[in-house]
Amino acid sequence: MIDFSFTILIPLIPFILFLLLGLTSGKMKPVLSGYIGTLGLSVVTVLSYFTAYQYFFNREAGAGVFEKIIPFHTVWIHLTEKLHVDLGILLDPISVMMMVVITTVSLMVHIYSMGYMKGDKGFSRFYSFLSLFSFSMLGLVVAPNIFQMYIFWELVGVSSYLLISYYYEKPSAVSAGKKAFIVTRFADLGFLVGILTLSYISGTFDFVTLTDPQGALITQGTSLTFMGISALTWALTLIFMGGAGKSAMFPLHIWLPDAMEGPTPVSALIHAATMVVAGVYLVARLFPLYFFVAPDALTIVAYVGGFTSLFAAVIACTQTDIKRVLAFSTMSQIGYMMLALGVSGYGGEHGLGYMASMFHLFTHAMFKALLFLGAGAIIHAVHTNNMNEMGGLRKYLPITHITFLIACLTISGIPPFSGFFSKDEILVAAFESNRFLFFVEYAVAGITAFYMFRLYFNVFWGKSTHYHHTPHESPFTMTIPLMVLALASMFTGFIPFSDLVTSNGEAFTLHTNWLVAIPSVLIGMAGIALAWVFYKKETAIPDQLATTLSSPYKWSFNKFYIDEVYLFVTKKIIFDRVSEPIAWFDRHVVDASMNRIAWVTNLASDQIKGLQSGQLQKYGFIFISGVIILTFTFVYFLFN
Amino acid sequence: MDFLTLFVVVPVLTIIGIVFTKNMKQTRLVSAVGMSIQLVLAVALVFMYLAERKAGNAAEMLFSHSYVWFESLNISYIVGVDGISVAMILLTGIVVLTGVFASWKVDFLPREFFISLIFLSSGVFGFFISLDLFTMFLFYEVAVIPMYLLIGIWGTGPKEYSAMKLTLMLMGASALLLVGILGIYFNSNAGGGELTFNIMEIAKVKIPMDAQRMFFPMTFIGFGVLGALFPFHTWSPDGHASAPTAVSMLHAGVLMKLGGYGAFRVAMFLLPDAAQEMAWIFLILTSISVVYGAFGAIFQKDLKYINAYSSVSHCGLVLFAILMMNKAALNGAILQMISHGLMTALFFALIGMIYGRTHTRMIDQLGGLMKVMPILSVSYVIAGLANLGLPGLSGFVAEMTIFFGAFQHPDLFHRILTITAAASIVITAVYILRVVGQILYGPITNEHFLKLDDAHWYERVSTGVLIFAIAGIGLAPLWLSDMINDSLNPIVNQLMQAIVK
Repeated sequence: MIDFSFTILIPLIPFILFLLLGLTSGKMKPVLSGYIGTLGLSVVTVLSYFTAYQYFFNREAGAGVFEKIIPFHTVWIHLTEKLHVDLGILLDPISVMMMVVITTVSLMVHIYSMGYMKGDKGFSRFYSFLSLFSFSMLGLVVAPNIFQMYIFWELVGVSSYLLISYYYEKPSAVSAGKKAFIVTRFADLGFLVGILTLSYISGTFDFVTLTDPQGALITQGTSLTFMGISALTWALTLIFMGGAGKSAMFPLHIWLPDAMEGPTPVSALIHAATMVVAGVYLVARLFPLYFFVAPDALTIVAYVGGFTSLFAAVIACTQTDIKRVLAFSTMSQIGYMMLALGVSGYGGEHGLGYMASMFHLFTHAMFKALLFLGAGAIIHAVHTNNMNEMGGLRKYLPITHITFLIACLTISGIPPFSGFFSKDEILVAAFESNRFLFFVEYAVAGITAFYMFRLYFNVFWGKSTHYHHTPHESPFTMTIPLMVLALASMFTGFIPFSDLVTSNGEAFTLHTNWLVAIPSVLIGMAGIALAWVFYKKETAIPDQLATTLSSPYKWSFNKFYIDEVYLFVTKKIIFDRVSEPIAWFDRHVVDASMNRIAWVTNLASDQIKGLQSGQLQKYGFIFISGVIILTFTFVYFLFN
Repeated sequence: MDFLTLFVVVPVLTIIGIVFTKNMKQTRLVSAVGMSIQLVLAVALVFMYLAERKAGNAAEMLFSHSYVWFESLNISYIVGVDGISVAMILLTGIVVLTGVFASWKVDFLPREFFISLIFLSSGVFGFFISLDLFTMFLFYEVAVIPMYLLIGIWGTGPKEYSAMKLTLMLMGASALLLVGILGIYFNSNAGGGELTFNIMEIAKVKIPMDAQRMFFPMTFIGFGVLGALFPFHTWSPDGHASAPTAVSMLHAGVLMKLGGYGAFRVAMFLLPDAAQEMAWIFLILTSISVVYGAFGAIFQKDLKYINAYSSVSHCGLVLFAILMMNKAALNGAILQMISHGLMTALFFALIGMIYGRTHTRMIDQLGGLMKVMPILSVSYVIAGLANLGLPGLSGFVAEMTIFFGAFQHPDLFHRILTITAAASIVITAVYILRVVGQILYGPITNEHFLKLDDAHWYERVSTGVLIFAIAGIGLAPLWLSDMINDSLNPIVNQLMQAIVK
């Protein structure tokens, strides 16, 4: 085993890049900042590949389970006598895997943006924000304790906010950023309260101690309850709320479609491949805890994941903005990952769901980043997001077309592309533990293939649209990342995940369950066929269908009106019924009573000041009256 | 003369210097030099303090000196500092200096303005070094009274009304406070000794319970008014809105901290039994402050009002944490005072700079400022992010210490209140992002904005120093939190003994 302390550089380099690019923004030549950012990130990528190689493959034969290694840590602050926050690095299979995912996608996005963002006014700002994001995301995945994770969790939230609102002159981008931040902040409140409770029970933030199956927390649990439910179940459910917010799980998903206002490379990096899977990562990180002490919370995870995957897939079928279709597809795929964790067991083969979830996270990051970057290339060529205004683009954008097709096949679960393998394992895991969710996921697989190919045929085939400017293929800076990611989507399915990333670090052998796999492929093909009939050529079928099924179509098109519900709650209830009355109360009751006191004082002094008239007769009169009254009172009391 | 007294002497010398200046340029130069010396002294004090502690000096108060002043009443001028007062002095040093830079362009009666401002600061410094209740109270008044003139003369809007309101409410509080302090004084011989105003002496005496019950609310509310305790906070929005920039900075940044510090050093430290008994009442009030202030801020339309309500919320958190009465929460309270002091000072400085250019503070009239004044706008975003508790900036450290400290309380009442208070972080995000989105982002709403210029050098100094301090604490909080932590033992012991009995 080598010394891993160099891994500190992995988050540190992006942080330095952020400061450097941020402080020189506007002074440095934009292209130069792009080069510096990309170069810096390639170093980080090399380092994390090296780490992954050393960690996974350069070990002694028969070394057994993968250990958790903490090569670096330092105390950041003492919160209470017991609780202290360390900043450090934890290497274990999932964190190393995430490092690879993040740096790969981030590097591709860095290269891609050199072409996509070319000539943009805020080029340097863009790269400094990308570095900030890479720093925060890497800090998040290597966190050795839950508090560090929370710190970086907030930081990725703010980088996401800054990047969504990147085009800050556009009101829609500004409000989308605001929405994303506030919704996830609300979810993070749950996360925070969850951490408060968890640390109150266990007295530590440390992941290794918390999730040790032989540790005190798991073996003894807690006797604390709140409203009849174990405090640990509360804590873990609340922590999952934080994860659900970041990962856009129903009902905290409303920010993700709007987040598409950000530049497309950002959507690929943050809102498809890395940040949005943080919730899955969080649950995976605490998985032993969920499994052993709060199985109810894990059931919630499974159902929320399953429901979201169906819900989002249905909405994706009717959207017309290509980025939004992809956003809903992301939600749906993350739902798969959550579900897989929710139905998983612990240890070796029982942890199939866990491994499948991480596997799908990995493959999804590649093909979804590819889809988004492909969408970016399309938007770059035709200057619109609306797929009704596109068609027949395969002639103009050959590379984009081929890579996009590969991605569509991958997400639809067609072998031998990677999506088939990872999705299949999820289905097997669901099949073994929860048949209801299993059938839901079968349906979702079909719907997924349908809406992806609806998108594909609409954009690349369909009607031959007349364009103002002839669309042309993107520059190499953009097509090379597409090709790299296409290769990744094609071949990452062959990575032996069950040997590397498992729930307890112990390798197991995978068996293909043909009973599950063959129907799933057939369902995927059916979805594609349906889309082919509907959208390959311009036909009247989709419109007819929309009219016949007008009410479900409308609900789906309007995303089941969840946004409207939120708007009602925030505007009508919080703003008008809480905030406004408080402001009124403050002015007209609290402050008014202070003013009233002042007024009474004034009034009293007005009355009394009549006594100070300066007339000698009046003073004399008052004096004598006073003496008489006092005398009488005195005499009265004396003789009574 | 001892080292600590320099903190009062330097402002006085600066004032004398200002009297002899001939024009605005000289005045502000003298002020800047004087206050820079003050900040250097404050930084030196931090290092001296840390060095003493490292050398093993375990006395409760360091650099202590005592001069008898009024022998018959046993009033002395006693100075001495622990980690907490050192931290507060550093905060004051930073805020006053940046305040001077933020007032660089005051052209109406500049001499009088700077004299009042620095006079005020001498009161604040004096307050933090004092260990004698009487002297402390005296300095407290020195800090409050110039406020009336500063707002009434150099303010904007309904300034006479605001100045009068602020002064009267604070004076009302002072009256309560004076009675409370005298009450403590007249019971300070309970152990058989002499009557004394010396805080460290009184702390050794157990004041009779009846007296504690009577004087704890007086001192706590007396200081609490200055810390914007609900429902005595309404001086704050009007006062801040009318005050000139530097005064808002000093007032929200430092003066409101006298409230928290006083409540902590006098009310809790000297009357611990009553504190234990009555804390729940004030805990409810402060929880209301926290949430109510945040909700109040959402609805405001004037930048300064938003910030004033936000201060009500954040200062409410200070008093809330103090009342939690365990070490971690108290540490959080002190950190929150410092953090809030720095970030509100930054906020008010920036609002002043924006107002000076656009001549409006109404958020619906502003828009798109990021494009014309990027430096100020980015600073505003940083201030906002600090305010909503972003990790890496000071607000996060303070809030988390408070929440985690307060949550350690063994009973459910305290923990539920903690969750309630923690909910304010969501509301804070709402009003901060609303303002940022409205005034900095979006299209430019007024053509006249296109001609505006970005930050001048003195404004950059002012905001730069504050941002540096905010990020410094946010990134490396350990030294500060440890420095405070070490000094909390005496008071925590007092409060713990109160439980045991």
